[in-house]
Amino acid sequence: MADAAIARSDARPAPGEPSAWQQLKVNRNWLGFWFMVPAMAFLVLFLVYPLGKGLWMSFTDARIGREGRFVGLENFEWLSDDSDFIRALIFTLVFTFFASAVKFAIGLYLALLLNNNLPFKAFIRSVVLIPFIVPTVLSAVAFWWIFDTQFSVITWGLVKLGILDRGSPINWLGDPFLAQCVVIFANIWRGIPFIAITLLAGLQTVSPSLYEAATLDGASKWQNFRYVTYPLLTPIIAVVMTFSVLFTFTDFQLIWAMTRGGPVNATHLMATLSYQRGILGGNLGEGAAIAISMVPFLLAAIMFSWFGLQRRKWQQGENND
Amino acid sequence: MASVDIRDVRKSFGSTAIIHGVSVPIADGEFVVLVGPSGCGKSTLLRMIAGLENITGGEIAIGSRVVNNVPPKERDIAMVFQNYALYPHMTVGDNMGFSLKLRNAPKADIDTKVKRAAEILNLSHLLERFPRQLSGGQRQRVAMGRAIVRDPQVFLFDEPLSNLDAKLRVAMRTEIKELHQRLKTTTVYVTHDQIEAMTMADKIVVMHDGVVEQMGAPLDLYDNPVNMFVAGFIGSPAMNFLRGRIDGQSFVMEGGARLPLGTAPAGSTDRPAVFGVRPEHFLIDNEAGAEAEVIVVEPTGSEIQVVAKLGGQDVTAVFRERHDFKPGDRIRLGTDRRVTHLFDETSGQTIARH
Repeated sequence: MADAAIARSDARPAPGEPSAWQQLKVNRNWLGFWFMVPAMAFLVLFLVYPLGKGLWMSFTDARIGREGRFVGLENFEWLSDDSDFIRALIFTLVFTFFASAVKFAIGLYLALLLNNNLPFKAFIRSVVLIPFIVPTVLSAVAFWWIFDTQFSVITWGLVKLGILDRGSPINWLGDPFLAQCVVIFANIWRGIPFIAITLLAGLQTVSPSLYEAATLDGASKWQNFRYVTYPLLTPIIAVVMTFSVLFTFTDFQLIWAMTRGGPVNATHLMATLSYQRGILGGNLGEGAAIAISMVPFLLAAIMFSWFGLQRRKWQQGENND
Repeated sequence: MASVDIRDVRKSFGSTAIIHGVSVPIADGEFVVLVGPSGCGKSTLLRMIAGLENITGGEIAIGSRVVNNVPPKERDIAMVFQNYALYPHMTVGDNMGFSLKLRNAPKADIDTKVKRAAEILNLSHLLERFPRQLSGGQRQRVAMGRAIVRDPQVFLFDEPLSNLDAKLRVAMRTEIKELHQRLKTTTVYVTHDQIEAMTMADKIVVMHDGVVEQMGAPLDLYDNPVNMFVAGFIGSPAMNFLRGRIDGQSFVMEGGARLPLGTAPAGSTDRPAVFGVRPEHFLIDNEAGAEAEVIVVEPTGSEIQVVAKLGGQDVTAVFRERHDFKPGDRIRLGTDRRVTHLFDETSGQTIARH
């Protein structure tokens, strides 16, 4: 291939071996490399460098305004004894698990619903997208108000209904357990549209004649879902849930705007804790160490989906046409 | 196996009527082909038999049971779709056995039935493959296998061959016909290809704009079309329609060319009409024939197709014997008087056939 290209571009009389400089200019492989350089530069600048820097900082005792010294794994050793960190780690896992599971269930249900012929279909579909469109911080502030101890609309409603005594309002964001539930709820609310719309797109790629064939084969609605829809949707489910888990695990905005990790650090995720320690507390090294300890979990999620995403056997081998 | 009776069936989507009262009796074991141009309602009719579309008016009975309100899965029919509708995530074997699995048939039972169907269709070596790994013709056979395994009352085919290449289509045509002769299951087959209809059907139903134009045995439709639509639709190359008038024992074309008729129908002298001649019924008639100019000659080996200008109109003629025509040659065309057709100019109905 390369030889042929050279032969063609050497239309002018250039006897003998092309010089090294010429090679760099016309050789196909080098040319390919030159084209890759801009993209590589971007990746190195915005991905590799920050990640490397973060990793390095996690091994130092850097503080704001002071270059750190290499301290090895000291930051991590210290974190392993830090109950706040352990608590944040556990809550992050619980948060991710519950939020993702509920988002998946409701998202899939909505997608199936929206895939039917509903009246005002286009309108309903766009309504579903609203939580996704509203800026996160804005919706977080709205939730903050909804669940405010004094001004909560829910408390107000319950009082008006006579279910709740005016003197003892529910301390939504003040009680650690309730606050945890509230942030999980908010995250679910925000994450559903992404899953619902993506799965809906997936559903629409399933040929209607498959359902017709299955119906004629005697399948009930449930069997249609169980044997046709679900298996055909698994590749998209794998993608969308990977993304969902990654987003949920690394969530920051929602928590920070609603609770700042409180009360008593109950709603700290690893991301918020890292920010608090690293930026607000000034302990860059420690903040970086917290952030870096998220990486194994994220890698695990990616690996999981990597194997889940492996083209299934039935998707392979188009040896026709 | 069962008969299918379609009685005055109508279908509308909203206010748009698609099918305007169609009645087709289908005997037990018969191979019926619904044929017509796209949009004529043939697929809709098939889907109504399957239960995939509601019936707006009239009745469809399978056997003695009216199935208007019977859900598809209880109609005991099997359908082969145009795109085959094979489940991409199931192997060939699972695809074929799916309906039995849904009925909770014992696994051994499913296996035997699938194996038997696979043998009939030459698919035995492919049972472990996925649909993606099959060629078009193999997928087509799997789709038929899925239908056979069910052993249904009626087979429905919705343009099953239109995604195949020409050669394969001919081969599959034979296979489907052979399969029907072997299983003798009542079959309703939809196609827009009149050759498929002619070659496979016991009975052809020609549909056009939601009504049945004519129904009958293939050769009957070929020999005795009731109107210009059927005459033009059945037969390839299509019948030539020459405009003009009847003048005694001959037909005078608008351009003045005169073609001999057999016996003119009574009272039709000097009547404007359309003269229908199938390409294969033209012949070289150096005495009484009308003069025509050869425009294009297309030899196919077994025959020669000639496009010629006759009385100012392009006509297609097919000759079995070999002629050494060149474009520009003048030939004299006559017609085989035993098999020509006259149609009313305005209604398009057949006046007479000789």
